[in-house]
Amino acid sequence: MFDFLDSGQYDLLGAFWVTVQLTLYSAVGSLIWGTVLAGMRVSPVPLMRAFGTAYVNLVRNTPLTLLIIGSSLGLSQTLGINLGGETFKETGFRLAVLALTAYTGTFVCEALRSGINTVPVGQAEAARALGLSFFQVLTLIVLPQAFRAVIAPLANVLIALTKNTTVAAAIGVAEAALLMKEMIENEADALFAVFGIFALGFCLLTLPTGLLLGWVAKRVAVKR
Amino acid sequence: MKVLKTGAAVATAVVLALTATACGGGSKDTASDAGASGGSKSDKIVIGIKFDQPGLGLKTPDGKFEGFDVDVATYVAKELGYQPDQIEWKQAISAERENLISNGDVKFIAATYSINDKRKAKVDFAGPYFLAHQDLLVRADDSSITKVEDLNKKKLCSVTGSTSAQNIKKDLAKDADLLEQGGYSECLTALENKSVDALTTDNSILAGYAAQEKNKGKFKLVGLSMSNENYGIGLKKGDKDLQTKINAALKKMVADGSWEAAIKKNLGPAGYKNEPAPQITEGS
Repeated sequence: MFDFLDSGQYDLLGAFWVTVQLTLYSAVGSLIWGTVLAGMRVSPVPLMRAFGTAYVNLVRNTPLTLLIIGSSLGLSQTLGINLGGETFKETGFRLAVLALTAYTGTFVCEALRSGINTVPVGQAEAARALGLSFFQVLTLIVLPQAFRAVIAPLANVLIALTKNTTVAAAIGVAEAALLMKEMIENEADALFAVFGIFALGFCLLTLPTGLLLGWVAKRVAVKR
Repeated sequence: MKVLKTGAAVATAVVLALTATACGGGSKDTASDAGASGGSKSDKIVIGIKFDQPGLGLKTPDGKFEGFDVDVATYVAKELGYQPDQIEWKQAISAERENLISNGDVKFIAATYSINDKRKAKVDFAGPYFLAHQDLLVRADDSSITKVEDLNKKKLCSVTGSTSAQNIKKDLAKDADLLEQGGYSECLTALENKSVDALTTDNSILAGYAAQEKNKGKFKLVGLSMSNENYGIGLKKGDKDLQTKINAALKKMVADGSWEAAIKKNLGPAGYKNEPAPQITEGS
């Protein structure tokens, strides 16, 4: 039943490696962008708050497929913005990371904002009383505590991101879902075996993430 | 007329609902429904086609179905004793074709379905009724591609995971810059605004797009024969009786000229030179 795996025709590990790379780059990007967005949403400047709110509500409610295909059709093919990529392969990967970051950043932002709400107001007031600026209060006092409170929800976001990378197949990024399409095209007699392999592959990627970050969340939680 | 229209709307709704259930994996009620329609001649016949391929199998905005595959299927159904109004069209996505057949959701499938050994392990074929080749579609004013080797310096577009895309990546032009998109329409857009130089897949499909009213005069086929695709009609494994009947219908269709007429009608406007009707090889 699984003999097509021995033919050497399919680079299963290579395809999942692209999935992992997509996940890692987008995870780092969305962590940074999400933190910036969260900072904007709690900042004292009305304009920044308005931008943060508008961005999060707009992008979070846009289907990811739309964002990714939009980045390919709109940015790359129409406007010619290729993010420095020479071939479609490079460009596609970078565009996918961009779209995944823009999308996942909103969820990181909202998770982080709920973390900020768990930090007692007295902490921020005390910091203000010491003469710290808003930026110092946020980065030195509030965010470190907020992050420790939201590791578990961030793990959910990371798991969702891992699975969301499959949408990148729509613009031809050679990750797991694209290989699955090729295999379905060729291996008509082993359709469910193919599905099974990819379902298993994603479980192998996401289950350890959840377990590990669940353990970390317990270890670093601020006891109140 | 009104009754007919309502009937068509209801049928469409049913087909949509069934497709949705089939996606969910629970195919209990779909199977029983198809079982009821596979019976006597007064019932309906369920046929799988593509809904999104102009010239071959297309569902138009007003709910009609047109294309070469549709014409072939209609002819075959007529030979099996079903009038056109007894046909229920069902969308057959490439990845779902084998399961639609083996679950009994459709009687047969005519949907640019190339005959190959892997597929024959799961279903039987009648035909082939058409011989297509992998070819290129380029902008009408572009004459820089004349042979397969030229592709290595070009930007190409095809559909994610398709056989054509795999042929390019693995054999034909390893160095070509290949853009894989979700559908041929996206590729056409890319071709039109010059972000790719050529679109590759079966020439029948390309001709279907080039023959569309809005695309007339914009694109042309290069005429390379990069592979042989024998389109067959997929049917349940072991159903020799149906296979023989469909083969007979196909032979009759070629003999009485309706086959040629169907091609001229659907693919002709693109200036497409079709191969003569292929010899029936399956089952006989």
